[in-house]
Amino acid sequence: MTDVTLHIDNVAVTVPKGTKVIRAAESVGIDIPRFCDHPLLDPVAACRQCMVDVPDAGNGRGMKPQPACALDAMDNMVIKTAVTSDVARNAQEGMLEFLLINHPLDCPMCDKGGECPLQNQAVSSGRGESRYGGIKRTYPKPTRLTDILLLDRERCVLCQRCTRFGEQISGDQLLSLVERGAASQIGTNPEGDQVSYFSGNLAQICPVGAITSADYRFQSRPFDLVSTTTTCDNCAAGCSLRVDQRHGDVRRRLAATNMDVNEEWNCDRGRFGFRSESDVLTSPLVRVDGELQPASWPQALSAAATGLKILNCQVGVIPGGRLTMENALAYARFAREVLGTASIDARARRGASAEEADFLQRQVRGVGVTYADLEAARQVVLVALEPEDECPMIFLRLRKAVRKAGLSVTTLAPVASTGSAKLKATVVPTAPGDEASALANLKMDANTIVLVGERAGGLPGILTGVEAAVQAAGARLAWVPRRAGELGALVAGCLPSGKGLAVDEMLAQAAQGKLGLVLGGVDLDDLADPVAARQALVQAPFVVSLEARPSAATELADVVLPVAPLVQQAGTFMDWTLTTRPVEPVLKPQPMTDRRVLAELARRLGADLGLPSFAAAHAAAEQLVAARGGLARVPGSHHKPAAASGAHDGALVLATWRTLLTPASRCLDGADVTARPATVVVGSKAAAQARLTAGTPIVVRGPGGAALTAPLVVDLFAAAGVVWAPDAPWAPGTPVTLEPASTTPTSDGQGGER
Amino acid sequence: MTDTLTPILSQTWDKPMSWKLDTYRANGGYDGLKKALSMAPADVMKTVIDSGLRGRGGAGFPTGTKWSFIPQDNPNPKYLVVNCDESEPGTCKDVPMLMASPQLVVEGSLIACYAVGAHEAYIYVRGEVAHVIRRVRAAVKEAYAAGLLGKNIMGSGFDCDIVVHAGAGAYICGEETALLSSLEGFRGQPRLRPPFPAVAGLYASPTVVNNAESICSVPAILVNGAEWYAAMGTEKSKGSMLYSLSGHVAHPGQYEAPLGTTMRTLLDLAGGIRPGHQLKFFTPGGSSTPIFTPAELDVPLDYEAVSAAGSILGTKALQVFDETTSVVRTTLRWTQFYQHESCGKCTPCREGNWWLVQVLGRLEAGQGQPGDVDKLLSITDQMSGLSFCVLADGAVACVTSAVKHFRDEFEAGYHTPAWELFPYEKSTLWASEVARSAKRGAA
Repeated sequence: MTDVTLHIDNVAVTVPKGTKVIRAAESVGIDIPRFCDHPLLDPVAACRQCMVDVPDAGNGRGMKPQPACALDAMDNMVIKTAVTSDVARNAQEGMLEFLLINHPLDCPMCDKGGECPLQNQAVSSGRGESRYGGIKRTYPKPTRLTDILLLDRERCVLCQRCTRFGEQISGDQLLSLVERGAASQIGTNPEGDQVSYFSGNLAQICPVGAITSADYRFQSRPFDLVSTTTTCDNCAAGCSLRVDQRHGDVRRRLAATNMDVNEEWNCDRGRFGFRSESDVLTSPLVRVDGELQPASWPQALSAAATGLKILNCQVGVIPGGRLTMENALAYARFAREVLGTASIDARARRGASAEEADFLQRQVRGVGVTYADLEAARQVVLVALEPEDECPMIFLRLRKAVRKAGLSVTTLAPVASTGSAKLKATVVPTAPGDEASALANLKMDANTIVLVGERAGGLPGILTGVEAAVQAAGARLAWVPRRAGELGALVAGCLPSGKGLAVDEMLAQAAQGKLGLVLGGVDLDDLADPVAARQALVQAPFVVSLEARPSAATELADVVLPVAPLVQQAGTFMDWTLTTRPVEPVLKPQPMTDRRVLAELARRLGADLGLPSFAAAHAAAEQLVAARGGLARVPGSHHKPAAASGAHDGALVLATWRTLLTPASRCLDGADVTARPATVVVGSKAAAQARLTAGTPIVVRGPGGAALTAPLVVDLFAAAGVVWAPDAPWAPGTPVTLEPASTTPTSDGQGGER
Repeated sequence: MTDTLTPILSQTWDKPMSWKLDTYRANGGYDGLKKALSMAPADVMKTVIDSGLRGRGGAGFPTGTKWSFIPQDNPNPKYLVVNCDESEPGTCKDVPMLMASPQLVVEGSLIACYAVGAHEAYIYVRGEVAHVIRRVRAAVKEAYAAGLLGKNIMGSGFDCDIVVHAGAGAYICGEETALLSSLEGFRGQPRLRPPFPAVAGLYASPTVVNNAESICSVPAILVNGAEWYAAMGTEKSKGSMLYSLSGHVAHPGQYEAPLGTTMRTLLDLAGGIRPGHQLKFFTPGGSSTPIFTPAELDVPLDYEAVSAAGSILGTKALQVFDETTSVVRTTLRWTQFYQHESCGKCTPCREGNWWLVQVLGRLEAGQGQPGDVDKLLSITDQMSGLSFCVLADGAVACVTSAVKHFRDEFEAGYHTPAWELFPYEKSTLWASEVARSAKRGAA
């Protein structure tokens, strides 16, 4: 791209052609006040705050004052900002006066006060005194937009950042402009969306205190907060996060700017999912006479060591997927070097097959696909991955590329989701298990990136088939897990090797009383069969659980060792792009991290973990990361190609995934976020066969007698023979049946006859 | 004086059932289209360029030149949009024109579409004028039935469709980009330019947006030739146009005359100011144009001379106010209009008009505070030239020009209500009736 050189306040600035004047000014440190301008949103030039004088538009002729946010920098252009031009200064001062005439002077009680662009710019670019003596506009306040967002309309300066974020970034029309002229206001749109996974960004980009989040409202003054930039732990996207704490309490989480990953956004799960951190285990627990009793650390460590010694080598280790690499490394060494077992598996979830383990051993080598690669690709194919639910930053980046760079997205999905609609994706209706054959039929080339989700491991042959198809087309492939610690743990060695058992095998052995278990923050409900997992913990000869928060595992463990929560330790995550991201302690570090506890336990077992400090663990993790990058990816295909899914036998099979804001997610405990209402989605043929009516409540029955009920949506694009339901308790591909919910009127008004 | 009038657009207005297609054709209607279809599109465009026809919506941009900006190599469809969102206080030319002669806009649109290579035209009519919408729709229906719209028009092989679209009652939708947004079904707010409508207008395709009067002027130019049209008017403002006289004149109405006709001539044609009164001020082109006083009676009403005299020809809406009128009251009413019609997108227009109304309201009530007049000027200064579109510039023009000419009246608002200085009933139509009947009674 060619460069242009212009003069701003007599400073020569050279920028690429097409750069806006406001960006060019920023690049040389000249600050132009603004409200509607946002570097990641298309210019709208609505607030008129960034007016600059243009004595020469580059063609020798001047222009009337122009908004710097919408003005393209031209060669030889001369720009004068308020620093050097009375015209620009008067315009900017006048605009601020206009914005303030109807703005309440409630800064002392406004959440934005202290970090408010309007407050700051009123001081830096305003006249200081208002000449307005009239009556200000007022509105009833606050308006509740969603469970977590509040709107104070009288504070709004109508910059439309929020409505434009919906149009341009998230694709959710949560908010719209309503009314006109002086009565213009932001409001909800009855024809728009009622739920957005990215709604918290609206509060963050609001340049005044008009949109605030209910969970931070009146909680703190910005200048009383201590901020830490760290990495979000709520999925594998790797978003940079700013965590604000006061007096040892996390008050809020914001998206930190990281143009390589999340740009300036994050999702509501990442933003609001932190309340759970207050619910922590404080004391070690040891089971005495069948009851868990609080114990001292020496007592508990001795009890754990004694229990493990008695079992000798028959112990399996299941670190959960949310550990830092440093902690994961400690588990790997503890299993392999202290316990002498290869039975270690961080995949405490569905789909932890041997085929997947092999696939992952190859996948974690070499160079990863990056967010920038997604933006530059011509085609992205999604396999068993719903990015809006399972990796929201991938969703946002894909949407950006679709909008700006003409990216085409194809998704092999059971149903046409709202997410794929927002990506303008081509939906290839695919029943769970049929992904490999569907991908083989797809036209791909070297400009194609295939993203395969964690769910693909759950049904045999998918990963093998995907790998083969990608290799045949010369395309690129990336695997997208859901949990922040999963890839780091794999690199750290938390995958079973040799004769080592995988998660489900370990649980089966434990259920027979043949295997003791060391658990590292495992949520039993994440496992393929939560009921069987509980049974396994009951039957296991000995269970040590290292965890920060009480869980179902706590109740069933013999020794519970409370480890430091993530906000109280440093560490490293590896995101789905195979890039490491730093975790910084937000609160005062707590010494008993998983690593330290395991090192102490090893010492009592007469071994040395070789990880005496965080620094040592971090250095060791970095070595593993560096070694991983040097390993070439060698495709292997010793697994059978996929058999056709059960969807072709006339039976109905389940398709499901974890939705982003599912109430079942423990990381969202205490967060008042608005989840998308649950629905059951089927194709029109299946609906007709079962005589089901769209909009009516439907019961989905799976094995084990469990059932879930939600209103029916008939989707013309749904794969034949597939029933989709969110957060279902059964694995994708499970045979299910459908029936209308009871038609007898019930007291709560659910169902019933019209 | 009647020889000053040049009835071209208004030629058939007094014919019986002038709005019917038969009447229109009997008076030479569709001869222009017939001629255009026999020419190459580029030649049609050249004829319009040579005629010197300029946009009648206010800005006065040469119509043919605007057509020539349509990129013919753009693969997207090309559109013509006819702007009949006439909503400005005082402006009242399109409504009578479309009521009396709706086929003009159909024929003009067809010629324009042919010239620019469009096959679809949208006539965007102000939502409140339901009678006009009905009439234009009926005219389009008649034209379809007669084979003048649709496929293979007049056997020429040229296809063209016309859609009559009703606006939803917003003045801002007369701004061409807001009109396009509204037409697309979005909120009627102006869009950033560039891209200009000629490149990415309706549905991001090349679009010509023309005022209804401009489009209606085209058929006669085709019939009579560019030279005939260019012979009328002044050096740079050629042709003839509708001057709309309203307010305190004896015979308000449409006066079609060559550009450059003076207000003095037009007032003579209209029978002068209502009996017993004198001209106080007038708008040359609607409320958005700085007001003129009797000192400007001899300014030729064309684009250049009006501009040189400090105003804008605008829509030639000559609102006439006699000495009974309070300029403070008039300005307040206009400003209330702009406050109500501001779309709210940009700060200076949304907040500035809100503030102006409050200050003007105080002055009208005689409750102004010393300094309020300067404050008015200061507020307008903070709006002028800084808003997103020109709505705020129009809103500012009536305030600044009124203060310039009648500052004393505004300053009187510090102590005396306007209705005491200018009893409002005296400027009403019935005031003269009352006076006349009183006189008759006395006689």
